[in-house]
Amino acid sequence: MTDKKIRVLVAKPGLDGHDRGAKVVARALRDAGMEVIYTGLRQTPEMIAEAALQEDVDVVGLSILSGAHMALTPRVMELLKSNGQTNVKVFIGGIIPDEDLSRLKEMGVTGVYGPGASTEDIIRDIKIATAG
Amino acid sequence: MTSSQAILNGDRLALARLLTRVENDSPDGRATLIELFPHTGKAHLIGVTGAPGTGKSSLVNQLALHYRKAEDKRVAIVAVDPSSPFTGGAVLGDRVRMRDLSGDPNVFIRSMASRGSLGGLAQATANVVQVFDAAGFDIVIVETVGAGQSEVDIARLAHTTLVVEAPGLGDDIQAIKAGILEIADILVVNKADRPGVENTEKSLKSMLELAHPTARVFKHHGTYMSVSMPEPNQNVNLWIPPIQKTISTEGKGIPELVAAIARHVEHLRSSGDWTLRERTRLEVELEALIRDALMTRFHEDVPASQYEDVLEKVVQRNISPWEAVRMLLNGRLK
Ligand SMILES: Nc1nc2c(ncn2[C@@H]2O[C@H](COP(=O)(O)OP(=O)(O)OP(=O)(O)O)[C@@H](O)[C@H]2O)c(=O)[nH]1
Ligand SMILES: [Mg+2]
Repeated sequence: MTDKKIRVLVAKPGLDGHDRGAKVVARALRDAGMEVIYTGLRQTPEMIAEAALQEDVDVVGLSILSGAHMALTPRVMELLKSNGQTNVKVFIGGIIPDEDLSRLKEMGVTGVYGPGASTEDIIRDIKIATAG
Repeated sequence: MTSSQAILNGDRLALARLLTRVENDSPDGRATLIELFPHTGKAHLIGVTGAPGTGKSSLVNQLALHYRKAEDKRVAIVAVDPSSPFTGGAVLGDRVRMRDLSGDPNVFIRSMASRGSLGGLAQATANVVQVFDAAGFDIVIVETVGAGQSEVDIARLAHTTLVVEAPGLGDDIQAIKAGILEIADILVVNKADRPGVENTEKSLKSMLELAHPTARVFKHHGTYMSVSMPEPNQNVNLWIPPIQKTISTEGKGIPELVAAIARHVEHLRSSGDWTLRERTRLEVELEALIRDALMTRFHEDVPASQYEDVLEKVVQRNISPWEAVRMLLNGRLK
């Protein structure tokens, strides 16, 4: 009971209606020993930040396929910050054009993964990001 | 400001962080629990258990909505899901059914993985519930998947335990196996829109008629025992678990269920069972803590090598476990 578990919120903001990818990632993180809070489809940034707070997660993973990442991500980051959760690491999975990558990183996003990314890479990066 | 003051002031981030420390059983988590303990004992604890997929989370969502809208009560929800025994990880998905509750600052939902031992889970859940109680939540609802021992642990923690059934989970009512009926204060037949609901209700009824109503106060050391009711008006005070049909996806049957819960609270208060349950729960908790403390002290006192030697003698059948205890405890823990 004493070791600190990595807690991850996996959320699916936006209006696109399928969460297969998010579920695959959620299960992979579970198999890596993490506690994954899964919140389901069509989450608003407000809902995501509220869940992240209540669950005191270390990581928020956003699965965004709709192309709305440049609208949704800054809002989530802003809410996390105003709630005082400044040390929460944000990861994004989805179809993200190259030109947006650096802007997301500038906003403070820790990792961005395309559809072909391996879950091992995601797990490794989460472990590194939460180790400090 | 100390953590406990922040909790009492309604700071949600402090609350969330304390829950983590309490769940991890960290020393500063314990210290805060000690400070908060005088502020506990006010909340109504409701346990919700039943087989996987019966609609527990959907029901909890509706109950919380009702308590918010009709009674303006502050509601905390603890949703427990199993950890994988192989990896220690977990997917906690109960929030998916509770999205109606988001945006309400008087609701707080916390997902918990069962983690290691059952005893550990019971203790961690009890502590998490205490934090919510101290933080001023009027109602604390604990959802767990019914899987044997965990229901008994809830029953012992909760003032009111709901056991949720649903039609179409196979011919057998899942309850029979686990003895789950015995811990139910209220039986909920959810998914009443589904075919087979009459059958589910009928079999529950006949099982209830078979079972003699008994006082249900649990004590847990791997087993439970019931404590008998105060003698004089025994019959007047017996609680017969009602059966309530609900459709959680539509909110049907919820006001009636809430009324049944209120009647149960009234019964607990008038029969003296409320106090008895509180007492039993705290006694069990105290005993568990004493056991832990004694074990810790024992292992501090007895060198590991000596312990291993004695254990080996038992394994070799040179001495019995009883003699081993005498050898190990001789002159200690006085
Ligand atoms: N038809 C019908 N479906 C329902 C009802 N209540 C819940 N469901 C559905 O049953 C499924 C399971 O509901 P949950 O609330 O997640 O059930 P649960 O018991 O919490 O599940 P676990 O936590 O996984 O054990 C979901 O698809 C719900 O929409 C109901 O009253 N009628
Ligand atoms: Mg559930």
